[in-house]
Amino acid sequence: MTDQFEPTVIGFTCNWCSYRAADTAGTARMKYAPNIRLIRLMCSGRLDPTFVFKAFADGADGVLISGCHPGDCHYVEQNFKALRRFILMKRVLVQMGVEPGRLKLLWASAAEGAMFAAEINKFVEEIRKLGPLNWGKDEGGRMKDEISSFITHPSSFGEEVPA
Amino acid sequence: MTERIGVYVCHCGTNIAGVVDVVEVSKWAGEKLAANGVVISRDYKFMCSSLGQELIQKDIQELGLTRVVVAACSPHLHEATFRNACKQAGLNPYLCELVSIREQDSWVHTDKVAATEKAKAIIAGGVARVAHHEALEPLRVPIHPDTLVVGGGIAGIQAALEVADAGFHVYLVEREPSIGGHMAQFDKTFPTLDCSACILTPKMVQVGSHPNITLLTWSEVTKVDGYVGNFVVTINKKARYIKTEDCTGCGICWEKCPWKVVDEVFEAGLGNRKAVYTPFPQAVPKYPVIDAPNCAYFLKGTCKACEKFCPTGAIDFNQKDETISVPVGNIILATGYDLFDAKRIPQYGYGRFDNVYTNLEFERLCNAAGPTSGNIVLRDGKTVPKTVGIVHCVGSRDENYNIYCSSICCMQSLKFAHLVHERTGAEVYNFYIDMRTPSKGYEEFYRRLLDEGTHFVRGKVAEISDFARLPEEEGKLIVQVEDTLIGKQRRIPVDMVILSAGMQPRHDAKEVGKLFGIACSADGWYIERHPKLDPVATMTEGVFIAGCVQGPKDIPASVAQGAGAAARVLGKIQQKEISLEPVRASVDEQKCSGCRICNDLCPFGAILFHEDRMVSEVNPALCQGCGTCVAACPAGAMSGTVFSNEQILSQIEGLLLLTVNGKKAEAVTA
Amino acid sequence: MKQYAYYPGCSLESLAKDYQLSTKEVARALDLELKEIEDWNCCGATAYFPVDEMLAYTLVARNLAIAEKTGLTDFVAPCSACFKNAYYTNAYLKKDPDLAEHINFALEEDHLHVDGKLNVRHLIEVILEDVGLEEIKTKAVHPLKGLRVAPYYGCQLLRPRKDHENVENPRFFEELLSAIGAEPLEYSSKARCCGASLIITNRRAALEMVRILLKDAIDHEADVIATTCPMCNVNLEVYQNQVNQEFGTQYSIPVMYFTQLMGMALNIPSRRLGITKEPVPKAQVPVPS
Ligand SMILES: Cc1cc2nc3c(=O)[nH]c(=O)nc-3n(C[C@H](O)[C@H](O)[C@H](O)COP(=O)(O)OP(=O)(O)OC[C@H]3O[C@@H](n4cnc5c(N)ncnc54)[C@H](O)[C@@H]3O)c2cc1C
Ligand code: SF4
Ligand code: SF4
Ligand code: FES
Repeated sequence: MTDQFEPTVIGFTCNWCSYRAADTAGTARMKYAPNIRLIRLMCSGRLDPTFVFKAFADGADGVLISGCHPGDCHYVEQNFKALRRFILMKRVLVQMGVEPGRLKLLWASAAEGAMFAAEINKFVEEIRKLGPLNWGKDEGGRMKDEISSFITHPSSFGEEVPA
Repeated sequence: MTERIGVYVCHCGTNIAGVVDVVEVSKWAGEKLAANGVVISRDYKFMCSSLGQELIQKDIQELGLTRVVVAACSPHLHEATFRNACKQAGLNPYLCELVSIREQDSWVHTDKVAATEKAKAIIAGGVARVAHHEALEPLRVPIHPDTLVVGGGIAGIQAALEVADAGFHVYLVEREPSIGGHMAQFDKTFPTLDCSACILTPKMVQVGSHPNITLLTWSEVTKVDGYVGNFVVTINKKARYIKTEDCTGCGICWEKCPWKVVDEVFEAGLGNRKAVYTPFPQAVPKYPVIDAPNCAYFLKGTCKACEKFCPTGAIDFNQKDETISVPVGNIILATGYDLFDAKRIPQYGYGRFDNVYTNLEFERLCNAAGPTSGNIVLRDGKTVPKTVGIVHCVGSRDENYNIYCSSICCMQSLKFAHLVHERTGAEVYNFYIDMRTPSKGYEEFYRRLLDEGTHFVRGKVAEISDFARLPEEEGKLIVQVEDTLIGKQRRIPVDMVILSAGMQPRHDAKEVGKLFGIACSADGWYIERHPKLDPVATMTEGVFIAGCVQGPKDIPASVAQGAGAAARVLGKIQQKEISLEPVRASVDEQKCSGCRICNDLCPFGAILFHEDRMVSEVNPALCQGCGTCVAACPAGAMSGTVFSNEQILSQIEGLLLLTVNGKKAEAVTA
Repeated sequence: MKQYAYYPGCSLESLAKDYQLSTKEVARALDLELKEIEDWNCCGATAYFPVDEMLAYTLVARNLAIAEKTGLTDFVAPCSACFKNAYYTNAYLKKDPDLAEHINFALEEDHLHVDGKLNVRHLIEVILEDVGLEEIKTKAVHPLKGLRVAPYYGCQLLRPRKDHENVENPRFFEELLSAIGAEPLEYSSKARCCGASLIITNRRAALEMVRILLKDAIDHEADVIATTCPMCNVNLEVYQNQVNQEFGTQYSIPVMYFTQLMGMALNIPSRRLGITKEPVPKAQVPVPS
């Protein structure tokens, strides 16, 4: 492990297409950067913007949102709702001083494992260029506190964190 | 922390253990996640084996585990396995979480340190998440034994008969005056060349007289409420202007009707029908309909010839559309396809040159019951063509139109080549891109055609024109094509051209799909639940598809899907009750502000609004659990099981516990 | 009166003076103000692009830059080749910032700059869309009743159109001819290439292409072939003799610019439309009464 900055990226996938794209990449042993960690939702429409801000507040340097291609959403058209939220979130991020490039939207079908892997690599590199987000440290963690203040969720790990 | 969590890390032979240090991961989880309720953490060679499962079960019983996290393969593979194991040991299955460290970790990463740290993070996410799981029961819904079949083509007919023969009631809704679909228009069917009517008519008659089938032709579904097992379907029965209880189908009305109309549907525009008509003599049901927009009485207020001559007084000009609504448990959609509009390729001259025909027109042309009594003649009605060109793939396999292969055009073009040859002795040229004959008896049919002396030219036709460059081209249609086998441009003069137009989704497929809560793929065909393993089910429980609605296919495949869909429906009916995954949204009425934001977001109409109490409520049987409303509710009143906010927010925390090189995330300490 | 940045192109200054004359007359009669741009240069025609694409784009872009400077929004060319070259250059400029940068670097020498913000249009489009068939019908006080016209589109006029229906079987020329009272005839070859500059490099092949067009029009009993491009016009008209020699045919059919036919219908004296001396006498065209 070198000393270069290793970004941490959280990826949201839907249960039907994009999670299966990840499965496809796995089954085919396609390699990609270990910087990404995926969370499965039923549909990209489930993506509450809170999740994205929470991820940034908790130390993610980038967030990927992925879902089925337009027209392929298994709940008819909920990915269009994700698309709308994505556009809004980008604007909010800019207002919070975060580079909008830290948020990415990706449509992936279950067959597109190779594309999924390649896009993850690309995204990780883009985030690497942007550098660490450090929301937790900026101005004494002001942003993190601000975000936490509207997420009513008691931390699972508290202050004492195992390393 | 009150939960007692067990963590089980799978080696998967060397699949996981070869990259991830599973022993270290398991040890880490046992020590470092103890504060989060982990009381035991183990690693094992194959967790999914019966020994692995017993390991979990034993711990549940002996250590009193209240939650289980298994770190192994994809939940799509073994979630059910581990949930079941927990259930058998007395733990509610939904209290078990399977996280993937194989497809998402060991199989896709080479850096062992990073992969091991990632595995820890994934498990931390699972542990944090599982603490917020709830004990859930699958939803149980009773199933209404009646079935709705929409579309009376061969696929719908087959489906209806299978269900009805099994002793259950079927409503078959068809929008034309008769069932039969496209197959009723054909003369012969490939590859055996049986007469289409001879094999189809008996089935149609069976449908018409089956005690378990309510046949609703000249009807359309206008509304679908409810959910699997308990749909309520609203059907509009268009006014027929015929009292079916009195009509004997004698045919005197259409004999006497003075009003001729070009039949664009059944005769593909080649022949006429009357304003009162049945599309073809063997129509089922036998009752005609009056085509009001083309009827002299409706247009001008006089005529009534049919009424005058009807021996049973069955004509009733005062009939109105009628709306009925029926409860059904399952639905099969078999609405078929439309033909590609050949006019969209102007260089092929359809609509400009008289003797350029579509395939459907040609079916009527060579049908003994068609407008020319089966004589293959040019548009002048008498000249027999001496050379005929058949163009494959019209509108199919073409980036400008439809990218997909229509799958039947090669065989249909071969069938035409044979029929032309047999009946006229004409020289036949088939212009194809690739010859695709991949079914039982199909390649043999192709060979037969090769022996019959059909000329096969491999190349996409560039243009069909009436412009004669050479004397022998005078008065002919000229097919300009690159013969890719000899590498030359050729101009082939012919008397008649048949365009094998491909299949297209019904023009209204999208709207109809929406009615039933199912989606179309980018091409416009309905999406099956799984392209290989579940081709007749859809993502909407209780709604099945069969025949060409799912994609282009031939009659045998349409019939197989019709029967397949029926078998699926019968299976459901026999269960009497079905259990549904309890991934559902629900509203906390105390928190709901009545903003109604969620109401319109739901694609399944699952959220109803109580005007009196000003709160929204989710119908759990309609909800499919996508979670869009949960994400949208500004009041935080909407929550979703299995993917609740707490579960996901905790999982985020867990996943971010460690950075890529194993350091604790900065943000967490801040 | 709507104003247009008018780019006549080289042909209209020499070979196709009659097109220039009739264009100006018809524009005046239809209240279109064609303001010729200053100091314009050749459009590169069909030949320059295969030789050096970048220089060819730059050549065309210079005209666009001059037109942009006038502040007018529409760039109008009566020649199909000029139109096509200007259309594509303008479109690519807009799409490809790299290309725009290269071109602008060169144009700087001339103190010019191009953004690709013009609407590049062919004269026939402007007449059809901005004047409209109804207006033309009312102004056509001298309808060409009974005149059988073969509308010849050629290829370059149609290429920039992206919908296939319109490229393969366009209808707008027919509609225009009907509006001036003529009888447009249906024939297959209306959008085929006229051979263009092939006549110089492969004479026989080009003559065969011309032969096809002439034969198709004549077989359909055309009185006259109408064109929208000086190159087409020349190939169809001037080479009739050579076609006859080469293929032993006896073709003799007048070829006219659509603007000349329009001018006749608008009751403009033929002298002012450039209908005077030409290889196939236009006097043959039965002037309708
Ligand atoms: C020219 C041609 C020749 C062919 N020849 C052969 C052959 O020789 N052998 C072979 O195996 N295959 C052949 N095929 C393929 C064959 O047509 C199809 O496989 C078959 O007809 C598909 O049946 P279906 O029931 O899915 O659809 P369809 O036959 O299209 O039937 C659908 C039915 O649903 C009805 N409908 C549509 N929308 C609605 C609605 N909203 N509400 C109610 N009803 C509705 C329609 O009116 C129709 O009756 C040929 C196809 C073509 C185009
Ligand atoms: S969005 Fe939330 S608050 Fe608004 S109606 Fe729906 S459940 Fe109630
Ligand atoms: S979770 Fe999806 S399907 Fe269920 S009520 Fe909400 S929007 Fe509708
Ligand atoms: S299910 Fe994949 S985006 Fe909706």
